[in-house]
Amino acid sequence: MEPKEHVPAMLEPLGRFLRRHPRANLQLNRAVAPFENSAKVLLFSCNMCGQCLLHENGFTCLMNCPKQLRNGPCGGVRMNGHCEVKPEMECVWVTAERRSRRLPGRALFLRIHGPLDWRRKGSSAILNAVAGWPGNGKE
Amino acid sequence: MADVTPARGRLERALRSGRPVVTCEIGSPDGADPEDVRKRARLVRDYVDAVNVPDNTAGVVHAAPIASCAILVQEGIDPILHMTCRDRNRMALQSDLLGAALLGIRNILCLTGDHMIHGDQPETKPVYDVDSIVLLEIANHLTREGKYLSGREIKPPPDLFPGAAAEPFAPPYEYRPLRLAKKVDAGARFIQTQIVFNVERFREYMGRVCDLGLHRRVPILAGVAPIRSVKAATFMRDEVPGMEVPDRLIRRMAQVGDDKKRREAEGIAICVEIIEEIRRIPGVAGFHLMPINWESAVAKISREARLEPATPTPKGPAEATPSRLEAVPVARIPKDPSPPTPLPLER
Repeated sequence: MEPKEHVPAMLEPLGRFLRRHPRANLQLNRAVAPFENSAKVLLFSCNMCGQCLLHENGFTCLMNCPKQLRNGPCGGVRMNGHCEVKPEMECVWVTAERRSRRLPGRALFLRIHGPLDWRRKGSSAILNAVAGWPGNGKE
Repeated sequence: MADVTPARGRLERALRSGRPVVTCEIGSPDGADPEDVRKRARLVRDYVDAVNVPDNTAGVVHAAPIASCAILVQEGIDPILHMTCRDRNRMALQSDLLGAALLGIRNILCLTGDHMIHGDQPETKPVYDVDSIVLLEIANHLTREGKYLSGREIKPPPDLFPGAAAEPFAPPYEYRPLRLAKKVDAGARFIQTQIVFNVERFREYMGRVCDLGLHRRVPILAGVAPIRSVKAATFMRDEVPGMEVPDRLIRRMAQVGDDKKRREAEGIAICVEIIEEIRRIPGVAGFHLMPINWESAVAKISREARLEPATPTPKGPAEATPSRLEAVPVARIPKDPSPPTPLPLER
């Protein structure tokens, strides 16, 4: 269901290596994930789902949504654009929609995202993208 | 053996007929008496093509809608089961979808689900493993591929008819029609909208929807509801996010005073006026009545707004007695579920 992320061609050998050696993948992931994630937490209040969509949502982490919606806003957005669950927070989708207009990747905004693979939570999204996400939650 | 589920597939037939379709919603009971569901069903059965049963609306617990829908099947009504992602992860969703098919329920309204923060048990752990669009994909996957998400086979596959909800009244307004497009892409076969009180906003929204050509790909039923009192109207405006009730309507309700008969008549009159206005909006394929726990209003609204079901009501209150419980619905499932064809809608 999940379409493959666009990865630069020069990283393809690394991806092949990671797919072939799951242990190395795991160890590299352990080394990289803390740095990648802490940077993203500081900059974008990332939730470290390991399947990053920041680049197509105007660098708004959708996992801050109390319903963790990755395919669009729910019907409960208040008239002022704030969240129905946390009235003090602007709906992440209102933010994402506004910001993504000024950034590339807007076209990706309309594609349908498959269900999350919860096993990837906390891992490095960049390495996951390079290694290729397993389709449909199957290894 | 006679067809024990004469109403099966009635919603799809109605939507394909090209005539305006009427559906309505009945509450799931707070009690263990199946007669309660039957009573509500009999109040509406002659006026609609299909009946929705909501799933713990606004995060307040009621009887499982799958059970109420099974009773509606016995009553000779084609039910629309609301399925939310609030309380179920993807495993529970798949098994509930298949369970519904076993009970003869094929219309599934795929929803993300109201958050429990507005209900009476806000401390509950929310699930939200997937969202409504992925749920639509799951329902279509089970039906068309005949497989679970894991790839394991389902034999025979269920014959589900998934639908989705549309919300024209909440920001970001520019994105709402695109989200509807996503739902249609994910395989929604019918759409029911949030309650329309602000007809202006709805007209704008439908304009965008028609520009995208969505009204030709999927029938859209406009949600309408009678207002019962000033209190109910202000509650909907202030406490229910995503619901827009213009002050004009609240003032009008306040003017008729507190006499129950008069304010109910006024609420129905407002609803009928809204229906008349929506009728003139292109792209609307019918109406979805949501008389929140006021099922008897459906008959009055239908009469005054001249709403008729698009398909004839199957004979008699389904000569259903509790003793027929076991006999019910071994659903007839076509061997090869045909791929969905676009509905012949010319509006």
